[in-house]
Amino acid sequence: MRIVVCVKHVPDIQSERALGPDGRLVRDGGDGTLNELDENAVEAAVVLAEQARDAGVDVEVVVVTAGPDDAEDAVRRGLQLGADAAVHVLDDAVAGSDVIGTARVLAAAVRHLGEADLVVTGMAGLDGLTSLVPAALADLLDLPQLTLASSVALADGTVTVRRDLDHATEVLEAPLPALVSVTDRANEPRYPNFQAIMAARKKPVTVLTLADLGVDAATVGVAGARTEVVEAAPRPPRTDRVLVTDDGEAGRRLAAWLLERDLVRTTPATGEVL
Amino acid sequence: MATVLVLLDHADTGALRGSVLELATAARGLAGPDGAVHGVWVGDEPLDPALPVLGRHGVSVVHAVTTGDADPLLTPVLAEAVVDVVRATGATVLLALSTFENKEAAARVAIATGAGVVTDAASVERDAAGRVVAAKTVLAGTWTTRCAVLTDAAVVLLKAGAVVSSHVEHDAPHAPEVRPRTVAVTARATRVRVVERTPQAPSDRPDLSSADVVVVGGRGTGGDFGPLEALADEVGAAVGATRVATDEGWIGHEAQIGQTGVTVSPRLYLGLGVSGAVHHRGGMQASGTIVAVNEDPEAPIFEIADYGVVGDLFQVVPQLTEELRRLRRG
Ligand SMILES: Cc1cc2nc3c(=O)[nH]c(=O)nc-3n(C[C@H](O)[C@H](O)[C@H](O)COP(=O)(O)OP(=O)(O)OC[C@H]3O[C@@H](n4cnc5c(N)ncnc54)[C@H](O)[C@@H]3O)c2cc1C
Repeated sequence: MRIVVCVKHVPDIQSERALGPDGRLVRDGGDGTLNELDENAVEAAVVLAEQARDAGVDVEVVVVTAGPDDAEDAVRRGLQLGADAAVHVLDDAVAGSDVIGTARVLAAAVRHLGEADLVVTGMAGLDGLTSLVPAALADLLDLPQLTLASSVALADGTVTVRRDLDHATEVLEAPLPALVSVTDRANEPRYPNFQAIMAARKKPVTVLTLADLGVDAATVGVAGARTEVVEAAPRPPRTDRVLVTDDGEAGRRLAAWLLERDLVRTTPATGEVL
Repeated sequence: MATVLVLLDHADTGALRGSVLELATAARGLAGPDGAVHGVWVGDEPLDPALPVLGRHGVSVVHAVTTGDADPLLTPVLAEAVVDVVRATGATVLLALSTFENKEAAARVAIATGAGVVTDAASVERDAAGRVVAAKTVLAGTWTTRCAVLTDAAVVLLKAGAVVSSHVEHDAPHAPEVRPRTVAVTARATRVRVVERTPQAPSDRPDLSSADVVVVGGRGTGGDFGPLEALADEVGAAVGATRVATDEGWIGHEAQIGQTGVTVSPRLYLGLGVSGAVHHRGGMQASGTIVAVNEDPEAPIFEIADYGVVGDLFQVVPQLTEELRRLRRG
């Protein structure tokens, strides 16, 4: 059995992130990491693999990424977290891909590996936060999609997930092969110990180009992008900020401040929703 | 003549989700004087209470799509239903609310139709060249961008509350014409089985994602949301929470604001016992005015607060509520 986890290398969200003049994310800050939400994806895959192995099934977990040189760090981290092998799609033509372009490259990489019984992704990349890639990937790979899973289980060739949406909670199931995206509530990613870090060094990272994958470079990257950022500006800093320490009157003063600025309705509340 | 489609999100009861009218308003702007706004209603729920309202907001045709045995709440099914209407109408723009479900459907619609997609848009318009351009904030609300769709077809997902909805300016708005359609959904869209679906209990409070005022509790509440609820009742606010508060079970998961929860951009955000961790900021930093009450003067939320009170929320919040009540009721 093969479980493929698609991961992304993104600027650390704790760092100062910026867009460049081209409207694209500055990725050379040197503080890129494995997208935090993809740690949950790797963890989910590794746990499922451990369970399958306990049941006597032979399983391989492969992490796959597409991105510049630095992106190798993301799959390296995936190996430390327990994946068995890694694929890095490294090709200048991938740069500037939008979500559909990214999904195309990842789908081609998954296909290149041969049969995948399960594809796992994080719920979103903490850079663009679109959440579009998992569904696009499922569509391109022609797999049933079970997204935003807060728990995942495999049994008898069936995958079952629980997910919480804005208006409902659902339990979904589908036959394998399938695609699952997991939320940060799905598990607590392990912290790799020294042994795991050393072991990861021996695991293979396969580097592939678009040509290896048979992907037409015109359909991905800037060339294939269907959207373009035409303007980007940092939000101006907030001005006139007030910081007070409560001296027993802060609540009253805050009430006056809010009413002065008309931030809460000045007429009495009647219970109706504006 | 441009046809702009609006996805008519609705509850099981057939009631439109509030922000759908905002979409209709934005769609009128994109369609222009010669264009038309059509709605896509997927599912076989009653349309009656919604129709005249849609008419008043400029929707001239509603495509009522049924999908046979296929569950339209599964996003691949929804996507096929929408694609069918896109093809039938020749529409080049689809607007929908920026929810997780609609994002999934949008990804599939984009692949099927070649459209470019923009999610979490705060506004949408056409530029001088007629391209669809959407504004959105990115990187946890720290940057604002404008994003142009380069393809002929565009799918734009608008955040709730992004647009102020308005009526059409004519005397006797007509209810839209209803055009029923049945879509034969492919087998590939129905391979997922719904084992269980539990709808969220309805709440009297405004919807978190579109509320004007949001009162948010974190670990600092220690699980006692009472003073926050009283404040929310006084000002007609929605109640949200940090992930810590939802993980602790103090409030439902759907109340979580942040990068992996709901994104809010109300006129007023009040964070009470909230530290302002980066994951949380990602979901609220674009709020108009940010107020924070926190015991710890070093809490990161004070870096982004317009008005910060260093103090105990159990002292400050009840006093705030009481004073608002006094000043407003006279
Ligand atoms: C991948 C990932 C995704 C995440 N996504 C989200 C998300 O979407 N949303 C989210 O919120 N978090 C998210 N988190 C968690 C986030 O990192 C923080 O842990 C969380 O936001 C902290 O919540 P908090 O502010 O309630 O708690 P804390 O950080 O513990 O802060 C509590 C604050 O309350 C103050 N306080 C205590 N008592 C009082 C009192 N009586 N009066 C006033 N102040 C008081 C304290 O001084 C403290 O500053 C995510 C984490 C990860 C790893």
